[in-house]
Amino acid sequence: MYDVEAIYEAKTVEEAIKLRQEHPKAVIIAGGSDVLIKIREGKLAGCELISIYGIDSIRGIRMEDDGTLRIGSLTSFSHITRNELIQKYINVLGEAVDKVGGPQIRAIGTIGGNTCNGVTSADSASTLMAWEAIIELTGPNGVRRVPIEKFYLGAGKVDIQPGEIQTGVLITKDSYENCKGHYIKYGMRNAMEIATTGCSVNVRLSPDKKVVERLRIGYGVAAPVPIRAHKTEAAFNGASVSMETANGIAKTVLEDVNPRDSWRASKSMRLHLCSVMAKRAFIEAVKLSGGEI
Amino acid sequence: MSNQYKLVTCTINGKERSAMVDVRASLTDMLRNDYGLTSVKKGCEVGECGACAVIIDGECFNSCIYLAIWADGKNITTLEGLTHPDGTLSDIQQAFVDESAIQCGFCSPGFMIEAESFLQKGKIYTDDELRKLLSGHLCRCTGYENILRAVKKVMHKRAAESV
Repeated sequence: MYDVEAIYEAKTVEEAIKLRQEHPKAVIIAGGSDVLIKIREGKLAGCELISIYGIDSIRGIRMEDDGTLRIGSLTSFSHITRNELIQKYINVLGEAVDKVGGPQIRAIGTIGGNTCNGVTSADSASTLMAWEAIIELTGPNGVRRVPIEKFYLGAGKVDIQPGEIQTGVLITKDSYENCKGHYIKYGMRNAMEIATTGCSVNVRLSPDKKVVERLRIGYGVAAPVPIRAHKTEAAFNGASVSMETANGIAKTVLEDVNPRDSWRASKSMRLHLCSVMAKRAFIEAVKLSGGEI
Repeated sequence: MSNQYKLVTCTINGKERSAMVDVRASLTDMLRNDYGLTSVKKGCEVGECGACAVIIDGECFNSCIYLAIWADGKNITTLEGLTHPDGTLSDIQQAFVDESAIQCGFCSPGFMIEAESFLQKGKIYTDDELRKLLSGHLCRCTGYENILRAVKKVMHKRAAESV
C-alpha cells in the first residue's frame, strides 16, 4: 500500500484540468516511477494524487500537418525507442531514453514525467534541449507552448501553472530536418543508473559535408537544470568539419557549463566529462551526418 | 483517509478477474493479496530489483511501482501463468532448473517472466542484447551466468522448434 491521502483518476485531458483546479495541492502522477518512489521514501507521503496515466489521447507519436513531430506526454521510453518516426527523424532521442533505468522502468517511465520532474539528470532532457523541443501545456485557458529552455525554472521546478498538465513534447521540422545527433551518458554502470553527466550533440552539415551549418549541444548534470551550450554553439556555427573544430568545442564548452560537486562525482571530474563528451558526441554526430573527421 | 476502493477488472493468466481494490494498493499488493499469486515477489518495492515483474499487455513492468487501479482492462501474466495446466513446468522454468540458474529463488520469477516477454517475439539476441534485456533484475546469488545460459538455451530451442 502506498501512503496517499486520495487518488483522483483522469481519463481525459479535460477531466485532468478539472481535477487540477479542484485539488490544487495534489501531485500529478504519470507513470509513477518517480512519484511512487518519493511516496515510498516518505518525501511525498500522505499526498493526494491526480493520476493522468489513463489519458490515452496524450500517448503515442505522430507527425502533424506542418511536419512537427508530436510526442504525447504519456509516451513511455520503450515506445519512443521503438517508434519508426523517432528512429527516422530524431534517432538520438530513442537512444537516449533507452539508457534510462532498466527495461521495466523504460516501460512505465514517460517523457512527460521525465521533463516535468525538473531534474537535471533526466536522460531525455539534454537531447530535448539540444533539439529545442517545445513543451505543450493544456490548462483552463487553453494550450500554451513553451520552449523547453524556458520550461525549466530551477532544480526540480518547471513552468506548470495551476490547472495545467503537460500534454505533448513537440519537435519542429526546422529542428530535425537534415540533422543528426548523438547522446553520451556517463555513469558508473550501464543499467539502473542515474547519469553522472549526459551530453547530447547534433549537427546540420552543409550539402558538401565540409561545414557545420548548425551546432547544438545540450547537457544534463552540467548545471542545476539541463542546459544548452550557447557560447560554444555561437562560436562554431559555420566552422569547418575538422578535428580542430572538435577540439575547439571541447575547450569552449567549459565556458558554458557549471557543474557541482556531489556524491556521484566531483566538479572537476564533471568538467572533464563535459569537455570529452562534447567532443566525442560531436564527432559521432558528424559521422552520422555523412561527414568525415 | 476515508477508504477509497475501485472495482478493477482485468485478465490475469488468461482468466477474467474482478476485485474491489484499495486505491492505495500497488499491483504487487493486488496480485499477492487478492489473487494469491505469490510468484510476484516483494523485493525492493521501489522498482530497482525486478522481483515483482509481470507482463502487462505484452510488455514487462515492475508491479511494485504500478498502481493496482491502472490494471483495469489490462491483460496480465505472472509466472503462475507460464506453468502448464497439468502442473508441469514451462520451457523457461525447466531451463532455469537444468542450468542451475536458481539459488535462493527470490529473483527467479522476475527473470523468467522478463525472459518470456522478450522471447515471445521469436528473435535471436546477442549476449550483449540479452544482458541489456535482463538488466532490470538483480540477483545476489548466481552471478548471472547461469541465468544467461538458461535464457539462451530457451531462445535457441524455441527458434529451432519454430523452423
